[in-house]
Parts: sequence; structure tokens; C-alpha cells
Amino acid sequence: MSTATEPAVPATPGRAPAPRAGVVRRFIEGDLASLRVFVVLGLIWAVFQFENNHFLTAENLTNLFLQITAVGLISVGVVYVLLLGEIDLSVGAISGLAAAATAVLNVKHGWSPYSAIFAGILVGLVIGVVQGFLFTRFGIPSFVVTLAGLLTWQGALLKVLGSTGTVNLTDPKVTGLANTFYSSTVSWIIGLGVIAIYAGGTLWAWRRRVSTGLADQDLRGPLTRVVLVSVATIGAILVVTADRGLPLAVLILLAFVAGMEYVATRTRFGRHVFAVGGNAEAARRAGIHINGVRVAVFGIAGSMAAIGGILASSRLLAVNQNSGGSDLLLLAIAGPVIAGTSLFGGRGSVWTALLGALVIGSISNGMDLLALDSSVKYMVTGGVLLVAVIVDALARRQRQAAGRL
Amino acid sequence: MSTETPVLALKGVSKRFGAVQALDNVDFEVAAGEVVGLVGDNGAGKSTLVKTIAGIYSPDAGEFYFEGKPVSIDGANAATALGIATVYQDLALCDNLDVVANLFLGREKLAGGLGTAARQLDEADMERSSADLLSNLAVSIPSLRSEVGTLSGGQRQQVAVARSLLGEPKMVLLDEPTAALGVAQTAQVLALIKRLRDRGLGVVVISHNLSDVFEVTDRIFVLRLGRREATFETASAKSDDVVAAITGARDRPTTNGNAGGGAR
Repeated sequence: MSTATEPAVPATPGRAPAPRAGVVRRFIEGDLASLRVFVVLGLIWAVFQFENNHFLTAENLTNLFLQITAVGLISVGVVYVLLLGEIDLSVGAISGLAAAATAVLNVKHGWSPYSAIFAGILVGLVIGVVQGFLFTRFGIPSFVVTLAGLLTWQGALLKVLGSTGTVNLTDPKVTGLANTFYSSTVSWIIGLGVIAIYAGGTLWAWRRRVSTGLADQDLRGPLTRVVLVSVATIGAILVVTADRGLPLAVLILLAFVAGMEYVATRTRFGRHVFAVGGNAEAARRAGIHINGVRVAVFGIAGSMAAIGGILASSRLLAVNQNSGGSDLLLLAIAGPVIAGTSLFGGRGSVWTALLGALVIGSISNGMDLLALDSSVKYMVTGGVLLVAVIVDALARRQRQAAGRL
Repeated sequence: MSTETPVLALKGVSKRFGAVQALDNVDFEVAAGEVVGLVGDNGAGKSTLVKTIAGIYSPDAGEFYFEGKPVSIDGANAATALGIATVYQDLALCDNLDVVANLFLGREKLAGGLGTAARQLDEADMERSSADLLSNLAVSIPSLRSEVGTLSGGQRQQVAVARSLLGEPKMVLLDEPTAALGVAQTAQVLALIKRLRDRGLGVVVISHNLSDVFEVTDRIFVLRLGRREATFETASAKSDDVVAAITGARDRPTTNGNAGGGAR
């Protein structure tokens, strides 16, 4: 047991390849994937603005923001499921059923709007947890469990709506979710508050790194992020205040995106979600209760679907037999994938729910403005999705080639 | 060599998988500040023994004593809670997480404030501790924030070993720590194992490579067909005898002294 006889072996003969592999490659292969979405979004906006100069008006952009709130909220839950490397095909049906539950309880049974909304979200949560339990307990692929769920909850929707098939929403508290706009003053207070919180949090984290002795990082990175977020926030507030004001629905979406991004990246639970999605066996050996994480994630997906569904019904002022149907499910899954969340698990961010919904929503909105046929809309959206998935697969292959021995 | 109570002692441990008796009445012990080499041919039961100690498998029969006290190890968490850390052959790192996240996986540090579920990860503290730990162990990694999937095999192995130390364990199990490593990287990992011993840990090393085993261990424990075949003091052992015990040819004199080749 001689300490002295051990020469300090010089470490790392084979360093990892330097990350300066050229901006273009990083752009394609994932390092700068989030930037990629912004470029795509910018291109889409430029094309539509060129074709129809009404596209980038405050009114149309506010409409666009409102159009994406429901699908964006559902996508927030889908991102968590995708991070696990799983899929949830039932979120559309859950959103319809939860909205129907809220509507029926509120309108037909006279529940207060708050308890009806709470009950609707609870429906989504319970369904998600049950599906997660079936998935983990019996080892059935999530694809199949949630496909069964899709059919079951669509049937349940028809049952809940009863013979009339449509429930109109009249309660101002429920319809107000999607139809409330804040005045300019309130909008600016909220916007500046967001900037202050973000800047404060970023600088606090940076100072903490410095005080812990990790001062290697210079201030330019955090400052750049603060400036970008500030510019984006101020820009968005300028747009919405030029029209009807900041919509409550958009505020709800942004709050959930920011909150769930916090959970995903800053909390122990979120870290465990990434770990299970990256290497479930490693996560299990690290003592993580992986089935608990999975059930919780499906519960989140169900809850977010319910919230999105209730908001959609508030916008439509009704729940009908088509609620949560049509292409809602597919767009809610396609959005995060288009914006860079991997279908293979372990990679992605909650922001992709928002960005993906913006991309898809912009295509849809722009084509409506150009009075193009739905056929074109679907095909273009399909093409964008296909390209996004191909890029994801290429990036994954590239990582495997570079990462492994 | 420490003669006090062993950190871990197993008495009469058996484990059966269907028709295969993977472990048959095995006694095993490791002391603090001791490196025990666990060797045996393929299918001798080495990995089963390690996984039983680590709580992955529950034994069909047998007793466990941790620091002299009888214990039962139900699940990986129980083993970790006792102070038994395991580094697996297939590494068990998450390629999509960075070095810091992997080191602290399952025991993340939390900052103050908010409720328990919403508590923020203390990234700065974890990164600081990671830097200290890795520099203590003389492990060099390009960046603590690089994804583990981008590291070389040797770096990944060192991260895996370093991770096992964060829980302040009393003993560490290493399953094939030098498999698939080049010469220089093997030397780094072996030096790391000696540092673990010097920290007073009980270390169990499974290896196919007898030259590595002779270089780092104090005692060599040979499993054959699920049974304890022999134990050797490394200082006085001859590799021929170890090879003979592994292959079951103890009474047949071996003429070839090449230990590394004999372990195949």
C-alpha cells in the first residue's frame, strides 16, 4: 500500500473531438438545434409576409398566438413523454374528454367554474396515471396503451356529452380563459416582470457560480441570454398591445412552458426524466425509481392535455363530438419534434412545445390567409415534420459515430 | 493487511437461475483497505456474485454481514445505503447527460428555497464537488459540462469509478474496470483503484486480465462453476496456480507461465 510509488499517470491521451467543428455542422447536428427552429420560423414568416402583407400585423400575430395555445399546452406534456423515449397517442382524446367533463359539470350540473375546471384537469391526471401504470405494470408498449386510450376516451367523450352531442359554454369564467385581454399597462407590467425575474435568476446563478469558485465562465453568455429574452419579450408585448392586449390564454401557455421547463431542467425530477430517457438501466442502477418517473410523466401528459382541451373549448365556446379529435393529437406530437425534441428520448426541451406550435401554427395561419386549400396545408406540415425527423435521426447517428468508441 | 472485522462477509450464498446453479454456497469477505480480485472463467458466477452484493439479485440462500452485523440487501438502494458502491462493466452512464449530472445521478444536491419537490438543483455546488473529486482522483476530463457520450472509453470508466465514491461508500465493486481499455487508460484506472484502497475502502475487482489482477490486488478469490475454488494472497501467489484454479486443472501441472493468456 504505497502511495509514493504510483506515478501520476498523464491523463487523456485521446481527447474528445473539439466542439469547433464548423457552425454549419453544429447547426445541422444538434448543437445549435434550437437556433435552427428560429431560422425556419423566420423563413416561414418572411415567405408569408411577402405573399400577404397582412401576415405580420399585430392583429394576425395575436390571432396566431391564440391559435397555438391549446396545442402548445398539450405539447408541453408530450415533450415529457418524448423525453422518456415514449409516445402518448391519447392526449387528443384526453383533451376532448376533460373539456367535456368540465363543460357538463359546469353547465348541466351547475358546478362552479373553478371546481369544474379542477375536475376536468383531475380527469386528465387520473387517465394519464392509469395509462402510465398499465404501461409500467404490464410492460405493454406505451404506443399500444395510449392507442387503446385514444379509442376509449373518444367513446367516453360521446358518452359524457350525451344525446345532444354539443354543450355550449356560457359561464364567463370559463369562456374568459381564452377571451380575456389585458390592458397595455398590465401587459407591460407583466412583460417587464418576466424580464426582471429572468435577468435576476440568471445573474443570481452566475454570481453563485463565481462565489463557488467556478468563475471560469465569463458574463457574456448570461448577458446575451438576458438581452435575447428581453428583446423577445418586449417585441411580443409591443405586438399584442398594438392589438387587443396580452391574452390571458397566451400568458397561461407561457407560464406552463416556463414552469415545466424549470421542472425539466432545474429539479431532481426533471433530471431523472432525462436520465430514464437516456439510459433507463443506468437510471435504475443509480437508485432512481424509474417506473415512478414514468407514471408521473404520463400523469403530466394527461394533465397538460386536459388543460389544453379546456382552453380549446373556451376558445370555441363549446364542447362537441369533434373536440380533441381531428389532427390535434398529431400536431401536438409533431410540434416538439419539428422544434428539436428527439423521438428517441433523452434530448429536448419544453420550449420546443412552444416553438413547434409556432411553426405549425404559422404555416396553418399563413395558408389560411392565402386562402390555400387544406390539402396543401397538410402536405406542407407533413413535409416539415419529415425533414425535422430526418435531421433528428441524422444527428443521432452522428452522435453515435462520434460518441462511442 | 487488516485483520479486524471485514467490511462485508458473505456466508453460504446460493443463487439459481432455472437449471443453472450460478452461485453454490459461496463464502466471501473483503476487509477495509484491501483489494480483492474476483476471477473465474466465463459463467463462473462472478457477475452474479457482484450483482447479489449490489442488491440487483436477491440470493436464494445465505447470510450477509456488513461490518460484522447481519444485514439483508433488498434492492440497489439498500446496498447503496449500507455503503456498497458498484461500477458495472457496461458502465451504466447516461450518454445524454453531462459529467456532473452523471456523477450525481440519483443523489442530486438541492439548493434551498421553495418546497421539496420544486427545489432547484444546486448545479454550482455539484460542479464544484465534481471538479474537486476528479482532481483528487487525478482524473482529467475535457469539460465537466460535456456529455458523457462524447468521452473516450477510459474517461467514461474513470467517471463511472469516480461516481461510485460520491456516496462515501465503505466498499466498491468494480466489474471488469479495464475491459476494452488501451494500455495508458488501463494504467490510469489501476492507479485509481490503488487510490481507492489507500482511502481505506474495501475494493472488489472482477477481471479477466490476470496481469491487472496481480498488479492491484491483495488477495485473489477464484470462482469456478459457482463455487469458491481457491483464494490466494497475491504477494505469494503464482499465476500458474491461479490459472489452474480458474480452469479446474489444479492437479495438472501447467508449463506456460503466461498468466494473461491463460485466463481466456
